[in-house]
Amino acid sequence: MMASLVTRAINLFVYLVTGVRARWLGCGPAATQRVYFANHASHGDFVLVWAVLPAILRLRTRPVAGADYWNRSALRRFIGAKVFHAVLIDRDPQSRTADPVAMMDAALAGGDSLIIFPEGTRNTGEAPLLPLKSGLFHLASRRPDIEYVPVWIENIGRVLPKGMLLPVPLLCSVSFGTPITLAAGETRDQFLARARAAMLSMRPHSTSEASST
Amino acid sequence: MTRMQMLFTGVFGTLALASVIGGSLKFAVARGQAHGVIDNLNARIRAWWWMIALIGIAFVFNKGGVLVLFGLASFLAMREFFSMTYTRRGDHAALALCFFVVLPVQYWLLWIGWYGLYAIFIPVYAFLILPVAAVLQSDTVRFLERVSKVQWAVMICVYCLSHVPGLLMLEIPGYKGENLMLIAFLIIVVQSSDVLQYVWGKLMGKHLVAPQLSPSKTVEGLVGGVLSATLLGAALWWITPFNPWQAGAIAFVINLMGFLGGLVMSAIKRDHGVKDWGALIEGHGGVLDRLDSVVFSAPIFFHIVRYWWEP
Repeated sequence: MMASLVTRAINLFVYLVTGVRARWLGCGPAATQRVYFANHASHGDFVLVWAVLPAILRLRTRPVAGADYWNRSALRRFIGAKVFHAVLIDRDPQSRTADPVAMMDAALAGGDSLIIFPEGTRNTGEAPLLPLKSGLFHLASRRPDIEYVPVWIENIGRVLPKGMLLPVPLLCSVSFGTPITLAAGETRDQFLARARAAMLSMRPHSTSEASST
Repeated sequence: MTRMQMLFTGVFGTLALASVIGGSLKFAVARGQAHGVIDNLNARIRAWWWMIALIGIAFVFNKGGVLVLFGLASFLAMREFFSMTYTRRGDHAALALCFFVVLPVQYWLLWIGWYGLYAIFIPVYAFLILPVAAVLQSDTVRFLERVSKVQWAVMICVYCLSHVPGLLMLEIPGYKGENLMLIAFLIIVVQSSDVLQYVWGKLMGKHLVAPQLSPSKTVEGLVGGVLSATLLGAALWWITPFNPWQAGAIAFVINLMGFLGGLVMSAIKRDHGVKDWGALIEGHGGVLDRLDSVVFSAPIFFHIVRYWWEP
């Protein structure tokens, strides 16, 4: 009850600030089990993916997020666990007790779809996309039966740049590309290069200059 | 029936006629199949029903309703404008000021009716403070360009647009309490000029006015649209403090400004490689696509009326 009210409030806020639109370029909003992998420029970005998914898919789609951020306060723990059903992973290889890929695999085994950010950290530089971490490849080799959908989130990095508290209203879009799967004999680097190209190919041409903040 | 009721009856009648024509074209010409031009026409007519309904609701609440409606339009327009312009991290404070200070203050000044500050708040105070907010971030890359774009955004989306509800501030002898009809006159004349330019252009347009700027604006559309909307303006003299020839002359000026405003806004879109400012209004594009002509004509209309009709 509380969680669904919070969901509505978050969605309203997201639409007011970003007017976010989904562009289903390479696939439709189908109830197939999927891993959405997106570029990461702001804390707000998985909320955008989540907000544009139809409600029925949203219930079964869990973002994979850093435990350090989402466990920091009681409010964040509530939102992370009850509203977003986030899969919280420890991003520090030294301190962690559970393997992130294994945790994502377990969430997939439960039948849910995932939203992941293969850059591993927020991109705050001039480059449109950071190098992808190998977790996406490991997941794709463990679970080749799942659709891996490239996602491009446009403009959110300008709405709430790192270190800023107040979001500025700007139009954002979320583009969904053609799902990719690991080809037979494909190496890690080949697969990640293909995933990266699929993400970059969806950058809206018009705002590419504007987004290079 | 009051004049306002007669006016809305006329507008609803025109829209109903447009819907019937749009439906007949879909049936007779497109035979129910997908058809680019006719489907777009029908989407535009549907959106017009929504826009007229929103204006009608705002009018019911008088000043408060009109201020909320245009404040919201300013917000949406500025969101579209900044989404397309080049900004950097160092502009964040200036952008936040535009949305959370400049816009509300400008509309608040309208609410309390403080004309002196309303007229200079953006061109003097905001124009000086916004570059200061940007310079404090110590990022000089493309500085003048970034600052000018922020200034232009508030000028177009907030300052110019706020002159539509600003018409409520004018005190015209013998016209007390009727200022909403000045807003109706401005919107009806300028928007029908857009619509009539589109219709004339579709029916007999051959020669492009500015091929580099717009693939759809034709000489035939321009002349036919502006002249027929000018006649419409003259015919609407009974809702204004003007006599028929004054109403026609003013309609001609604001139609011309509206057309030129459309060209300027097209040039900005062209420069950024896009066709529309946004996708909020089905068939029309963004809020700025619909309001580009109003933005350029509203301040001129405001000052013509203020200079010659306010004692």
